Amino acid sequence: MSGMKTATPPTTSGRGRWEARVLEPALAKAPERSGPFTTVSGRDVRRLYTADDVPGFDYETNLADPGRFPYTRGIHETGYRGKLWTMRQFAGFGTPEETNARYKELLEAGGTGLSVAFDLPTLMGRDPDHPLSLGEVGKCGVSISSLADMERLFDGISLADVTTSMTINSPASMIFAMYLVVAEQQGADWGRLSGTIQNDILKEFIAQKEYIYPPRPSMRLITDVFAFCADQVPRWNTISVSGYHIREAGATALQELAFTLRDGIEYVQWGIDAGLDVDRFVPRISFFFNAHNDFFEEIAKYRAARRIWSEVMRDRFGARDERSLKLRFHTQTAGVSLTAQQPYNNVVRTAIQALAAVLGGTQSLHTNSLDEALALPTKEAVTIALRTQQVIAYESGVTSSVDPLGGSYYVESLTRDMRDGAYGYFETIDRMGGMVAAIEHGYPQREVAESAYKFQQAVEKKDKVIVGVNDFVADREEPIPTLYIDESVAERQLARLDRVRRDRDGGRVGRALDQLRETAAGTGNTMEPLLECVRAYATVGEMCDALRDVWGEWEEEPVI
Amino acid sequence: MNKIRVIVAKPGLDGHDRGAKVIARALRDAGMEVIYTGLRQTPEQIVAAALQEDADVVGLSILSGAHMHVCPRVVELLRDKGLDHVLVVVGGIIPDVDIPKLRAAGVSGIFLPGSPMQEIIDFIKANAQPRLERV
Repeated sequence: MSGMKTATPPTTSGRGRWEARVLEPALAKAPERSGPFTTVSGRDVRRLYTADDVPGFDYETNLADPGRFPYTRGIHETGYRGKLWTMRQFAGFGTPEETNARYKELLEAGGTGLSVAFDLPTLMGRDPDHPLSLGEVGKCGVSISSLADMERLFDGISLADVTTSMTINSPASMIFAMYLVVAEQQGADWGRLSGTIQNDILKEFIAQKEYIYPPRPSMRLITDVFAFCADQVPRWNTISVSGYHIREAGATALQELAFTLRDGIEYVQWGIDAGLDVDRFVPRISFFFNAHNDFFEEIAKYRAARRIWSEVMRDRFGARDERSLKLRFHTQTAGVSLTAQQPYNNVVRTAIQALAAVLGGTQSLHTNSLDEALALPTKEAVTIALRTQQVIAYESGVTSSVDPLGGSYYVESLTRDMRDGAYGYFETIDRMGGMVAAIEHGYPQREVAESAYKFQQAVEKKDKVIVGVNDFVADREEPIPTLYIDESVAERQLARLDRVRRDRDGGRVGRALDQLRETAAGTGNTMEPLLECVRAYATVGEMCDALRDVWGEWEEEPVI
Repeated sequence: MNKIRVIVAKPGLDGHDRGAKVIARALRDAGMEVIYTGLRQTPEQIVAAALQEDADVVGLSILSGAHMHVCPRVVELLRDKGLDHVLVVVGGIIPDVDIPKLRAAGVSGIFLPGSPMQEIIDFIKANAQPRLERV
């Protein structure tokens, strides 16, 4: 290692000489393919990277050893030699009972964490009997409307012994309160619970668009969770600041990195403005990135993310606790890269993407299933996706050495470009008054839509080849088996909702919802009244409506 | 010559509007008049927009699995308003088994993931009846 700690790389490449004497004659004999040689994000890639591409490279400031600031090489001293990443497969469909059975299968197959996908009505804070829920109940995830559903979702699963990630944003506080009450019923100590709620509203405004309230009260719900957990659920990850959806919506790798980290900065600023000490809540902030096809660009993205976060937390916010400086992240392979055509090819795409996430040092990983451009995955497809991670972990050998690509001219040059580019975006967004203000102006939304359109044009022109879609097309394809969610799910969930409404103490529900409205109109922490609502079996729709009464709803101006 | 007028709508609760926005822009760049309704439109709102905008085409983007509820309802409401001439197309994740059902319900074009934009543009140009041809 000591040989690399010099201020400049030990040799210069003499690239100019090589180009004149060796390359030119070679090109004259055998020209290159027409290209373009760009990443999936449209970034130009040079023919060859040498020491000339990382001028002034300094080991200590650019990289440092694993476990040391700025953590480019990873937050753990021993990489994956100590502990592998958590293989966390996102799942949820139909009724709580069906999803519960899938979780038990995943745990038995060697999965090490749960990850809950909710259906659209739940994500949008609507009960199954709301008119907008028609046709959506249990389709894209599990339907949860009251504590009764949550009790069945985790039936027979000890919440003290698993870690659970819940992909929920606008109603994150409500669903988290339900999880806490189920844990309470099981006799589990909140102080020992471990898991994550996504709780990232900014990327909803930017990309996924599952928002309910306007940005500012939405931010208050999140800082309330920061404060509540710092006191009562100290091992819970209060937010998963997500680039995944921003990328899926069309962002480039750099935009994903820059907007996600700038979102993170926004949350930290709002937490501090709400009176919290930076080192009390920042250690519980985690991140969630995409793993797309462009192998080295993705690896550079993760490495740059760690470096930037540590620099910004130290220099911008004065964080001192090492845990505030260490960026921890989950990764999911890119759903948007999967093709409906020749779906078995998706296994290969997912494997390449997963390998990038691992070489980038992810803490947990979801691998998509081969059939996800067609439907929610079958059990067989999910198993292959999990096995893909196990092959990387146990057969490929890449886990034996920490940050094995560290020092690669190409990867270090890309990592540096990513970092510099992200700081450029930070400056633009800071000038607008921060991310909330930028979102209110539609800035990141426009940037992402522009990149999505450019990519689609590149695909149409075949500047970007998608195997099986715009090249190497099969004349005829055999259909593969897919999961079909029928309407009986909605019927069963509606019946349960009726029972819950009949059996509960209506007076207690009414009082709890009134208390929630009152707290929301004032400045108190919304978690306490939400816990009482949940214990009274108030529904997600009722709790969200109570806050709609106070805060109103956000509507985006449709722009193309 | 009159431009083809297209309503691009995103019905249901889903907010994944990448496809809707990309196709809206592609149709506009192909010379059509495009009105994008924005998110979470009910079939009633979509048909009201089609009526008000004198649309020739309604394009629906649905990824969430709600297509069997939404698409037939849009066609039915269009017929109720006397807008039988409006071409209805849908893009998104549609299981094979639902394709014949959607066609039977009056959806003319069904475009699955990976469909080239040019194919959608050509389909609309070949099948839409702009106002001048109608009178």
